[in-house]
Order: sequence, then C-alpha cells, then structure tokens
Amino acid sequence: MRTVGHYLKPFIGRISIQMLIKISGTVVELFLPALLKVIIDTYAAGHDLGGIWRTGAVMVLCAFLAWLGNCAANRMSTNISREVTRRLRTDLFRRISQLSAAQQDRLTDASLVSRLTTDTYNVHNMIDRMQRLGVRAPMLLVGGIIVSALTEPVLTLVLVATLPLLAVTVWWSSRKGVPLFTLVQEGQDHLVRKVQENMSGARVIRALSRTKWEQDAFGEVNADLAARQRKADLTMAVVSPITSFILNAALAMVVLVGAWRVSAGMIGPGTIISFLSFVTIILNALLMVTRIFVMYSKGSASAKRLEEVLLMPADLMIEEADAAQEEEHIVFDHVSFSYNKNYDNVTDLDFRVRRGQTLGVIGPTGSGKSTLLSLLMRQYDADRGEIRIGGRPIRSLTPEELHDRLGVVFQYDFLMADTIRENIRFGREISDDAICSAIETAQASFIHLKEDGLDHELNVRGRNLSGGQQQRVLISRALAGDPRILLLDDCSSALDFRTDRELRHALRQRHGQATTVIVAQRVSAVMAADLILVMDRGRIIGQGTHETLLESCPMYRELCTLQLGGDAA
Amino acid sequence: MNRGRGAGNGPAFAKPKEKTSVVLLKMWRYLAKYRLIIIAAALLSILGNALGLMSPKLSGEAIKAIELKSGVDFPVVIRYVLLMIAVAAASSLISWGLSAIMIRLSRNVVSKMRKDLFDHLTTLPISFFDTHQTGDVLSILSYDVDTVGATLSTDLTQIISSLVTVVGSFFMMVTLAPELLLVFAVTIPCSIAITRWRARIVRPLFSKRSRMLGAMNGYSEEAVSGLKTIRAYHQEDEFNDRFRTHNDNAVHATWHADHTAAVTGPTVNLINNLSLAAVSVFGALMYMSGRLLLGDVSSFVLYSRKFSGPINEFANILAEIQSSLAAAERVLTLLGLSPEPADDPDAQPIGQCRGRIEFRDVSFGYDEETTVLHHISYTAEPGKVMAIVGETGCGKTTMINLLMRFYDVTDGAILLDGVDLRKLPRDELRRQFTMVLQDTWLFDGTVFENIAYGRDGVTREDVERAAKAAHIHDMILSLPQGYDTIVTGSGNSISKGQKQLLTIARAMLIDSPMLILDEATSNVDTQTERRIQDAMLKLMHGRTCFIIAHRLSTITGADCILVMDKGRIVESGTHQELLDKRSMYYELYHAQFDRPNDAA
Repeated sequence: MRTVGHYLKPFIGRISIQMLIKISGTVVELFLPALLKVIIDTYAAGHDLGGIWRTGAVMVLCAFLAWLGNCAANRMSTNISREVTRRLRTDLFRRISQLSAAQQDRLTDASLVSRLTTDTYNVHNMIDRMQRLGVRAPMLLVGGIIVSALTEPVLTLVLVATLPLLAVTVWWSSRKGVPLFTLVQEGQDHLVRKVQENMSGARVIRALSRTKWEQDAFGEVNADLAARQRKADLTMAVVSPITSFILNAALAMVVLVGAWRVSAGMIGPGTIISFLSFVTIILNALLMVTRIFVMYSKGSASAKRLEEVLLMPADLMIEEADAAQEEEHIVFDHVSFSYNKNYDNVTDLDFRVRRGQTLGVIGPTGSGKSTLLSLLMRQYDADRGEIRIGGRPIRSLTPEELHDRLGVVFQYDFLMADTIRENIRFGREISDDAICSAIETAQASFIHLKEDGLDHELNVRGRNLSGGQQQRVLISRALAGDPRILLLDDCSSALDFRTDRELRHALRQRHGQATTVIVAQRVSAVMAADLILVMDRGRIIGQGTHETLLESCPMYRELCTLQLGGDAA
Repeated sequence: MNRGRGAGNGPAFAKPKEKTSVVLLKMWRYLAKYRLIIIAAALLSILGNALGLMSPKLSGEAIKAIELKSGVDFPVVIRYVLLMIAVAAASSLISWGLSAIMIRLSRNVVSKMRKDLFDHLTTLPISFFDTHQTGDVLSILSYDVDTVGATLSTDLTQIISSLVTVVGSFFMMVTLAPELLLVFAVTIPCSIAITRWRARIVRPLFSKRSRMLGAMNGYSEEAVSGLKTIRAYHQEDEFNDRFRTHNDNAVHATWHADHTAAVTGPTVNLINNLSLAAVSVFGALMYMSGRLLLGDVSSFVLYSRKFSGPINEFANILAEIQSSLAAAERVLTLLGLSPEPADDPDAQPIGQCRGRIEFRDVSFGYDEETTVLHHISYTAEPGKVMAIVGETGCGKTTMINLLMRFYDVTDGAILLDGVDLRKLPRDELRRQFTMVLQDTWLFDGTVFENIAYGRDGVTREDVERAAKAAHIHDMILSLPQGYDTIVTGSGNSISKGQKQLLTIARAMLIDSPMLILDEATSNVDTQTERRIQDAMLKLMHGRTCFIIAHRLSTITGADCILVMDKGRIVESGTHQELLDKRSMYYELYHAQFDRPNDAA
C-alpha cells in the first residue's frame, strides 16, 4: 500500500479540495430537514404564508448547491483516480519491461499480464470508491460521536465501549481479507495461463482431439478461482452483519443504561430519544466504513502484487570496470552458468572472436548453444568467469552500449499484430530504404509481392506467414539496424536450403564487417565461419576452423559426414 | 495469406449495440434456474427490512416504560432491551444469510459464464485464434465477466429490497394524503426521464470502456510475450510509449464513462430534494387551509424520504448496471461468434480407416482475393509416405491445414477412403491423424503429462518407452524432478530441440492411421535425428505419412515426393525419378550439399 500512497501523494491537495467540496455538499443537504422543520413548526403553525414560500425557496437553493457540490466532487474524484491509475500502470509496464530474464521467469508471463490488467483495475476501483465513500462516512461517524458526547457523555461511553470490538472486527477482516484476495488474484494468474495455452495451442489441441480434456482442465481452474472468490467474498460478508449487531446491541444497552440514569434522576427520557437518533446515524456511517474496508482489502491485495514488481530490486547492475586493451571483439573467459543454480548448464566456455569475424556454434540439442547467446546478451549473468565485449566486461556496459546496433534472431521470436514495416523497424528510426535493403539480404522479397508490401498487416504472432517467411521477417529486423554484432539462433531452420544458401551469401557480402554469431544445426551454415565451437553437454569439445576441426574433433567429423556426404573433407 | 482484422491495432469484439431488453433476456438464461433462490432472497430481504422497522418500535416501548409517572419499570425495560438484542441478532443473521446466498449465486453464475465462454472458444474456427489477441479474450473472461458478477451479487439484492420499500412507502402515502402525491406525479417521471436519458448517454461510454480495456489487455499480453526481444533491441522506451498510448486510451475511456455517470446520482438526488421542498411547502399550505393535520404532514414527509431513498440509491447503482450491460454485451458477442460449421447431418462415422487420401482438384485461399493453392490433385495410398517439398511459402503448411480441416477447401475436394472430408465428423477425422509440428506446443504441466497428453490411460512405462525412443529419456532424468518436472512456457532449461523431441515422444503414443510431420525435427541436431530414425520409421510404419522437411536427406525414402511452387505441384515422383529429371527437385537437393566456399 505504501506504493499506492506514494502515487496518491502528488494529489493530496486536490483530494483535500475534493473532500472539502463533498463535505460542504453533505452539510448543505443536511440543512434541508432542518428547514423543513422550520416550515412546519414555525411558519405553518404561525400561518405565515410569506415565510413558507421564502423558506421553500431557500430549500430549492440548498438542493441546487448540494447538486453542484456533489457533481463537482464526484467528477474530481474520477479525475484523480484517472491520473493515479495512468501513472501507476505506465510505471508498472516500464518496470516490467526492465525486469531481468530471471525475474521474468520467476514471476511468469501469465502473472505479469494479470498484474498489468486485473490488479491495476482493482487498485483503480479502490481509489475511486474510497474517495467517494471515504469522506462522508468518517465525517458522519466523528460528527455523530461528538454531538452525542455533547448531549450525554455517560451514554456516549456505552457507544465508545463498543469501539474496541468494532476495531477488532475491522482488523480481523482486513487481516483475513488481504491474503484471501491475494489467493483470488493468483487464481486469476492460472486462468490467464490456461487461456494463453489454449489460444496458442489451438491447432495441436484440435489435432489431438483434446478439446474435451482442455474443457475439463479449464473447468478445474475456473472452479478453483470461483471457490477462492467465494471464500473471500463470504469472509468479507461477515463484517457488516457483525458491525450492525454490535451497534444494535449497543443501542439496547443505551436504553438500559438510560433507564437507570432516568430512574436516578440524572437525565430526562427525551434525551434518550434524541440520543437514539444519533446512534442510528453512527450506525449507518459505520456500515459504510466497513464497506470501505472490504474494498480496501481487495485493492490492497492487488496493490501488494503491483508493489512486488515495482519494488523488485534492479537485477543485472552495471558495474564499474576498466577496459582492457584487447584485440578481440567478443571474449568468453572461462564462463560457467546455471539456470537453477543446481547444476551447470554451460561449463567453462572459453573463446575469442575478432571484430568482423564469424563465430559458428554447433552441437546436439540441449548442449547449451542458446544459453551461450543469452549470456552474450546479458539476459543472465555468468556464475563464474567473465564475458568481455570490445575489451570491456559485459557487466560494465549500459543497456544502450550493449544492445545498440545489436541484431538478433531468437529461436522463439516475437512478431506483433502490426504492419511488416513496424515488425522490421521494431521501434527504431530506420528508413524504408534501409528496410528494403535488409529485406533483400534476408531473402524476404516475398514481402514485395504482397499487394500492400511493407504495409501488409500481420496477424497475431505473425500467423498469416509461413514459418520460413516469419524467419525471414525476423532476419530483416536483425539486419535493418546495420548491426555491429549479429546473433542468429537457428534462424534458418524453416528455410529451404537454396534460400538459406543465398541468405548466407548475402550476409557475407553486405554485413561482412559485423561480428556474427551463428547457432545452427546445419554444418553448411557454420562451416565458413572463422571460428567454430562444437558444443556438447554444456562444454566446448572442439574449437577451430572447419579444416582444423575435421582433423581434431571426431564429433564434428561425424556431423560433416552425416550432413555433407562422404566427400566433406 | 489470410488477412486478419488487424486485431492488434483496433479493439476487437466491437459490435453494434444490442437492445437492453435483448441483453437482459439473454442474461436471464443464466439466472433462470436460480429463480427459486432469487425469490427466497427477496423474501429474506423483506423479512430483514421488517425486522429493521421493528427496532424503533421496541425502543419506543422501552422508553414508554421509562417515562412512566410511577418511575422506571425495570422488568419491562429489560424485557424490551433483551428483545431489541434478539431482533438485532436475527436481522444480522438474515442479512448475513442473504449476502451468503447472493454471493453463492453470483459466483455460480460467473463461473458458469466463464466456463461457457471457454467451451465456446474451443469450438471456434482456427482462424479466430490467428486473428484475435489473447489478452482481449482474457479481458472478457476476467473483467467483463466479473463486472456482470458484481452487479448480480450486490446490485440485485439492493434492487429487490428497494422495490419493497418503494411499494410500501407509496402505499402509506396514498392513505395519508393522495393530493400531495401530485408532487410525485411531476418528480418521479422527471427522475425516470433523467435516468433513462443518462443511461442512453452513458451506455456507449461503458461499452467503449470495456473495449478499450480489452485492447489494452491485448497489447499487454502481446508485449509481455515479446519482452526478451524488446530488451535485446533495447526498445523498452519505445514500447513503453506504445503501451502508454493504449493505457491512455483505456484510462480515458474509463474516466469518460465514470465522469459522465458521476452526474446521474446527484441529479436524481436533486429532483428528490426539490420534491421534498415542494412537499413541505404544499403540505404547509394544505395544513393552513385545514385539509391536513400537522402530524400527517410530518408522517408524509418521513415516508416520502423513505420513498425517494431507494430511487436515489438506484440512480447511484445505475452506472454499475450500465457498465454491466456493456460488459454483458461483450460476453454475448464472443458467445455469439459462429463455431466451426457443424458436421454434415449425413456424416457417417469413419469406422475402419484405411488411410487413403485423395486431393481432387483442390484450390484454396484464406480470403476471397488470393488463392494460395491451385488445382492440387494427387493420391496417397494407404501406408505410403508422401513428402512435400518446395520453397517457403509455397503452400505446404496450407495443405496440412486443409487435411486437418482447420480450414475447408474453396474448390475441389479432399477424400479419405473415397469420402469427402466435409462429409465426415470433424473430431473423428482429426483423430485419424497424428501431427508433429515445427511449432512445438507444451503446456504448464509435468513432462509426464505433456508426453501422455495425446491419449487417455497412458502408463508411466509407455511414456518412458516413448521418451527412450525419442532419445529424450536421459535428458528428462537429468531434470530436477525427472518426469515430474514442470514444463513452463517460458522456462529456459529445456531447449527448443528438446521440446521437439518431447512432442515426438507424445506422437509415438498415439495410434492413428495417418501421420503428419511438419518440420518435426527442424531444431533437432542431425546426430540425434539419426539416432531417432529407427523410432521414426517405426512411427511411420503402416501409416499414410505426410512429411514436410527441408532436410531433404530425411525424405529420400519417400514413396512419392511432391515438389510445390507457388501453390502448384510442379513435379512428383520418387527421389531417383526426380533427380533424373534434373529440374527443380534436383536443384533443391543439390543446394544443401553446396559448400559456402563455392557460393561465395
């Protein structure tokens, strides 16, 4: 909640004004019954026709004033909650975009989505409702207690005696409520995940005729969410009956104590009557306060989830370090890394690549090739050893330095529902000429065959392109920024061999000055590289050029024989 | 290929507004079976209100016993005090029971609605998933459904209890002073007119709010799925800006609706206050002309307060009801999308399938303007292996889409054992195929569950046998919990190639007469591919196979290779026949042995 408080702080002035207006509106409205009493008791009884009309006019005036005040206050509160939500959500998204890969893996994408959406919405509701209800109720409560204390201090003590009980109720409910609503939001995460899975896997699910099974699986997630919501709601539903019982019981006690006071001659019976009407006002106010607490519990559970992300310590800090004089562009100095810190996923990676050279990485499935690339992009920090780019440790590079003019194609890469142009530009300042030249290199000229060319709209996740077309759009994206470092992770697996060959050819011609790392399954994709790493089970088991590896690395030789036929050497 | 609606740019699920009565009628379906519970809730609420009215009466009696000339009659006072406590307890219990009932009811309705929505999703044509943002659908399943639920659980009871009070007070006022009711003859229609007028203005704003929230959710979901790429290109700022635009739209639409709705409550309240003033003045005048007693004026005023209270309350929750209606509309729009066309009424069960597939002059386009397959004709005999090769985008995957009936042919027909696919039950047809795609799909569950996914009643032994055949067993054992390790979508410890092996293991457990391998091993290294070759051959044995592969070495043994170009079959024959032709296949085949040195 501290964080939400922090977001409310700049609006404290406006919130005060809003509350002041709301209070004035409420007070003016309370004049109406008083004026009514005047009309009937004074003027009607005194047959004063002019007085009746005059007071009537004042009532109309009051009604309009109250209207103005209430409208203005309500509108101000919507303005404030709009601003707070806008800032909160913008900051949340920014923080999410800056999370480290490890933090993102831990929180899971599904949970990030539900935090950005339902949680921010819950907080918005809390802020909005609390502004509207949050003034009137406490005002009536405090006012009621003060007035009753002035009328009859002893009877007020009876009321005050119930306050600890009420405090316990409210304390208990918010203590219970926050964890319960947190569980609800976690159930929401599961729902998000299930729907995401089903939307992305629709083809497979249909193909395997698992629709029924998926429906049942969703049924479970859904029933679980419903149960969590029911539990939270039912727990909170206890609060207001308890509060109302405590106060009604207090009311009875007031009568009893009052009877004793009357019989002792300390007060008249009329005092009890007027006192009871105050208690009713206090009761209504308190019921409203408990409603606010329910809203608070719900909003606060969501606020905590937002806070968890917002206050997540910055990972992957930039550290000061001296630049070494190094000829090589990319250096892996005995690097080891583990995702789960249990066993190493890559061990003792040690190699050097000069500027403008090409590094080829090849090896069996799961041998750590993609992990090597993740480390090179500093998605994760190495556990042991050091990675240097241009002589500087990767930990000392700012994101700008590290990612500027980096071109990368992941295995699982991201296409947006946007135009092809936007998918290639990807937010960068890149001219259409540069895009077209990248398209040419990437062998993606099929784009020009579309009737609307670069303006062609892609479907969600680029699903209106074939696998090979998707890869070539992604390669165009990597090339369009004229990268100094180009990382290609198995990016041509869906390309036919001829296209692949032409791509490699064009890459060499047009991007020869870029330091390139190619991860591939095909020997043909890496055999021309200046340095080839052969990886197996997280280790480099051979490095050198095609020729030297054929001599020195049995595994590489086997690969070549398999893929290129017997005449490879 | 198929041009979508540009789902990412504009809010989807926009539809002309339905009439409120239609929306309500459709929503009533969800409530209808709870009508007895709703009646019970109404009765409880009446009882609660009645008890609430008893309390002043009891305290009045107690006070009478206090102001006796003879001093305070304590036994009587204590009796009434105890009664008051008892009534308070009873009314608290009732109000708790009432909200418990309504919470259960609304949670059941919400849960049923979500389930219906999801089940409906699973019947929608594949094109829906290609063109709609997950986040937008999620927004309907969470925000819109919850909004409807909140109205059901809180507003419904409020409306019921308000109605009771309104009717009761109206009756009391008629008996007191029918003339004074004339005031209400002016103010009530005013209130109703204002409420209706505001509702008409506010409703589209709430619809827009639902849509904009949906669009923002859609964008959030998409952007979160692309975070790693966004960071790799250091475009966080740019994407923050884009998110800000969506957020601004959503926040603005929310504000616009709330801001406009914020006037309704105070306005109706104003009318009520004005009517109070009118009643006071005219009541006083009537008293002066001797047509009314003072006490009656005061009672009338009290009842008129009671009468206008609920009306006020109603105007206040009107905004919530409008937002619920707007949300319900989106729910209904999604529920109203047409599912995959129903199976042909004459569809015959497939029975014993031999696996003979015939493409008879098939043409197809994802939309009317562009045709991606032209006059495809060929026959795959049972047990034969068909390979489809060609440059990317030549229509290979489209062919698979048609075989599985993810889309239906535009012209011509595809026949299975001589029967048009469109004349077969879709589900059963799909069960005749086992499909391994390049785009691996694993769900959030254990390794075991993911492999066992394709078939019911799979044992641990079956799974391990399949995993061993797919050469993934050792890797699985090296995971922290072995076969019980949870596979998450974004988890990194399992590589893409390993995921492909998992889906191959999954396919090995399924027994079907036909097999589709669409780049099934594209991310698997050659050695592993070689090692699983025996298993793959066993998998293919006795089945009609359709293989798409770029590594042509994997298809040299195919019974027939179809070479495709720009949506047409340009060559077909066995590997050797095609090589002898020295045409397109020859070129493709030799491209892969081509050394980069030669190409440079």
